Amino acid sequence: MQQVIIRAEQVEKYYAQPSENRIQVISPTDLSISEGEIVALLGPSGSGKSTLLRMLTGLSTPSAGQVYWHEKPVGNAEVNVAIVFQSFALFPWLTVAENVEAPLKAKGLDPTERRKRALKMLDTVGLDGFQAAYPKELSGGMRQRVGFARALVVEPEVLFMDEPFSALDVLTAENLRSELLELWQNKTIPTRAIFIVTHNIEEAVLLADRIIVLGRNPGHVRTDFKVALAHPRERKAAAFTQLVDYIYKVLTQPEAKPPALPLTPEGKPVRDQRQMHYQMLPHARPGGIAGLLEILLDHNGKDDIYRLADDLAFEIDDLLPIVDAGQLLGFLKVTEGDAVITPTGAEYANSEILRQKELFRIAAVENVLLLRQIVRAIEAKSDKTVPEEFFHDMLDEQFSEDETLRQLETAINWGRYAELFDFDASRRRFIQPQNERESAAAAEIEA
Amino acid sequence: MIQLPNSFGQFRDRETLARSQVLQRSWPIVLDLCVAGIGLACFYGVVQLARYWFGHPMPQITISLSPRALPRYAFYSIVRIWLAYALSLVFAIGYGYTAAYNRRVEALMIAGLDILQSIPVLSFLPGVMLAMVALFPSRQIGVEMGAIILIFTGQVWNMAFSFYSSLKSIPRELREAATIYRFSPWQRLVELELPYSAIGLVWNSMVSVAGGWFFLMACEMFVLGSRDFRLPGLGSYLQTAASTGNAEAIVWGLFTMIAIIVATDQLLWRPIIAWSDKFKFEQVETTSRVRSPLLHLLQHSRGLQSLRNHTVGPIAETIYQRLAENRRRIAALPAPNEASRRRHERWNSIVRAVALIVVVASVLYAAFHALSLLREIQRSEFFEIIVGALATFLRVNTALLLASAWTIPAGVAIGFHPRLARIAQPLAQIAASVPATALFPVVLIALVRIGGGLGIGSILLMMLGTQWYILFNVIAGAMAIPTDLREAATLFHFTTTQRWKTLILPGIFPYLLTGLVTASGGAWNASIIAEYFRLKNQTMQTVGLGAVISAATDSGKFQILLLATIVMAGMVVTINRLVWRPLYRLAETRYKVEA
Repeated sequence: MQQVIIRAEQVEKYYAQPSENRIQVISPTDLSISEGEIVALLGPSGSGKSTLLRMLTGLSTPSAGQVYWHEKPVGNAEVNVAIVFQSFALFPWLTVAENVEAPLKAKGLDPTERRKRALKMLDTVGLDGFQAAYPKELSGGMRQRVGFARALVVEPEVLFMDEPFSALDVLTAENLRSELLELWQNKTIPTRAIFIVTHNIEEAVLLADRIIVLGRNPGHVRTDFKVALAHPRERKAAAFTQLVDYIYKVLTQPEAKPPALPLTPEGKPVRDQRQMHYQMLPHARPGGIAGLLEILLDHNGKDDIYRLADDLAFEIDDLLPIVDAGQLLGFLKVTEGDAVITPTGAEYANSEILRQKELFRIAAVENVLLLRQIVRAIEAKSDKTVPEEFFHDMLDEQFSEDETLRQLETAINWGRYAELFDFDASRRRFIQPQNERESAAAAEIEA
Repeated sequence: MIQLPNSFGQFRDRETLARSQVLQRSWPIVLDLCVAGIGLACFYGVVQLARYWFGHPMPQITISLSPRALPRYAFYSIVRIWLAYALSLVFAIGYGYTAAYNRRVEALMIAGLDILQSIPVLSFLPGVMLAMVALFPSRQIGVEMGAIILIFTGQVWNMAFSFYSSLKSIPRELREAATIYRFSPWQRLVELELPYSAIGLVWNSMVSVAGGWFFLMACEMFVLGSRDFRLPGLGSYLQTAASTGNAEAIVWGLFTMIAIIVATDQLLWRPIIAWSDKFKFEQVETTSRVRSPLLHLLQHSRGLQSLRNHTVGPIAETIYQRLAENRRRIAALPAPNEASRRRHERWNSIVRAVALIVVVASVLYAAFHALSLLREIQRSEFFEIIVGALATFLRVNTALLLASAWTIPAGVAIGFHPRLARIAQPLAQIAASVPATALFPVVLIALVRIGGGLGIGSILLMMLGTQWYILFNVIAGAMAIPTDLREAATLFHFTTTQRWKTLILPGIFPYLLTGLVTASGGAWNASIIAEYFRLKNQTMQTVGLGAVISAATDSGKFQILLLATIVMAGMVVTINRLVWRPLYRLAETRYKVEA
């Protein structure tokens, strides 16, 4: 049994709301990082990956639960970790060498020793000769190398990485990944464990000895498994693609839900009253949904989501919201990691723009509670306008402030597209769509 | 009055950021009341001190009008400005830091800044002067300190604000990097916080120092009741020259003034701007940069380099090593047990509560006494203040309107034509850099000669100082309008009206607004010296709030001074919140041209 370095016990994160409601970001979670492993944390956006990373490093305190560093609470322990950031987080006013030296300065090392170690580490990451340059003179890949050098120079026991390659182009990322792996396997660095947060499934399968997949609303562990593939891993190998496919299945599989409700006499499903809380609208644009459906139609109405992502060079954060939106609107179904177009979806994809809007309108009112409420509220008011604030306050009970704003933005976007309503951005009010306003005015004149 | 670098547009972002942060906040009225209470309490304290010491003798200083005396006077003025600036810088950093890191006091401190910015500095003048003279009776240093403190109160707030808002906008990941690599608070300040806020601080320092000249010119020579306060300096030189009608001396004085300001710009601000370029928080290197040969020289000087290596270097190293040792020692200490920790906490909260009660009680006491001063005000005086407020309100807005009428077309023309800008901008900068207060006496004499009254004249005087804010902002705004939008307007043959209505005015709106807000604040402040002026033993004045304040200062009626100041600060704050804040919101949402 390998030694556990960091162990999180029932950690959770929530934000208390003024009402007794609270917004749960991460539900109680157990997690550990052991010596000698690379752990990858995968998850869609909004699953709290970064929050979890920050709790494990001690940067952020869990709302409940405890994180242990060698079995001592992190608050009281001398934690020896480093983080490589997505945005590099280099100090632009310090040279490359000064950036790498900064953590050593904080440790109180004398200047000669500091300089020696920094130069050695810059040499290790392949930045020999760049010590006097400023970060802004370097390319993205080089900057992240500085980020690595700064992290490794403190000889961390656990190296944390927060989407370290996502701001880089594909080739640079590939190059850096393999170099990191080389350093790790040759034991050039004294680091004993690596924890990487990513939304790139292939990256996780390429690097990790263990993969943890998070689900969202609130964040929770969906699966945690070991990867037994030998290095170097071959992307085209069957075992590799099977793993990638498996992760896609986990990510797209709906979580345990009650069985479907019976249909009404008209053949419509009975509305589930228990679900009167708002669904989380996926942040996809109608154009994206239409595009995906058309591609599905070209692929005979059914395709592997993994293959779709690969063909489109999309990462999961790009593709999953669109798939979710299609599913929410009843335009497609996901089974076993495959996206299957439904008859309405097929009709939608084949129609011209006005008919598409009509289909979208029907599907949206049928399936999206928020849009339905907005439309009803506008109809009910005598002046046919409703302030945005009204819905903001209702959503606020359920989502964080940022998420509430994004939900409203998506709802406005969908509603405008479907001509369900219009939105007056300067007054922040929902109003009747243009054509209805005109017909109402015409009716008044006739009367 | 203000000097702007060519890269003005880049700085503006930070500046507006600072401003917009104030405007977006909404504080409960309680905070404002607290601030007002504290302000009243301070006023009471100052007045008490002043009254107590009133009547000590002061040596009489005569101002020589010989050009040969000018270098010495200029030197005195410069020393005053920079002492006040140094004080402001230290205070601003302390204030901003405390506000940004202390949740408990943050809201109160920022509300305080907003209000302090709106209080007309010149109405502090009598109180501060008397208090300082009282502290150092029969010595020149009292008046000197008074002048320095006055300049300080004029220039510190925007710097404090800039530092605070920079601290608040440091990217999260940079902060986390500092935490995870265990930077001590000192290292965090030196390697993260100060560099990150450097550009905002430099820009605000330039504005502050320019503002400092404005106030210095006004407070180097003034009369309080029967007492004549005088400081040898450029301001008193110019005032004496104007009141004796000595044209040659006026020219010499103005020439020296301009020379100092141009020299400051070339020898100080340009190198600093060029140096601060490395603190720009950006991912790519920009092509256009301010260059300074002087900075190049300093950076490549061997002597300075070795001086640095032998002084600053070792000291910094010792500090870092000490800090790291301390941290290790504290980490090695056993964690305090629960009971003692709780006892400690209880003590702390008791001490804090007692301190709070004492502070609140004394603030209430002093504020109450200050307010009771107000009971001495008679109905007619009250009336005078209200009428004055209305008159000044009209005057300020007329000044803004007139200033806009010429600066908007001129600014747009300069902004749209790079070749014109190359000629006009340096000229405008020099014109703007002369503090309006230095020109006041000169302009007034001219006005008297042609027979104009102060009622109209004061509008001209207000414009003198504030129009530049609008002009420079409009230039920056016009430059920021994307070329393709302008080309589209040409392509579709927009008429002139249409061009202005759909392209130019909406395009410059956010910038124009920044200019107008600053100009409005400046005009209110200027009213105090513009509406009431003493020349050659005769007093010129017109109806206005500024005149009321000046007259009250002159005759030592503190109750009127207090009420008039409250009314003015109240009006400025109200206008900010009711007019400028909603407009800002509109600018941020609707009239933002995004690249």
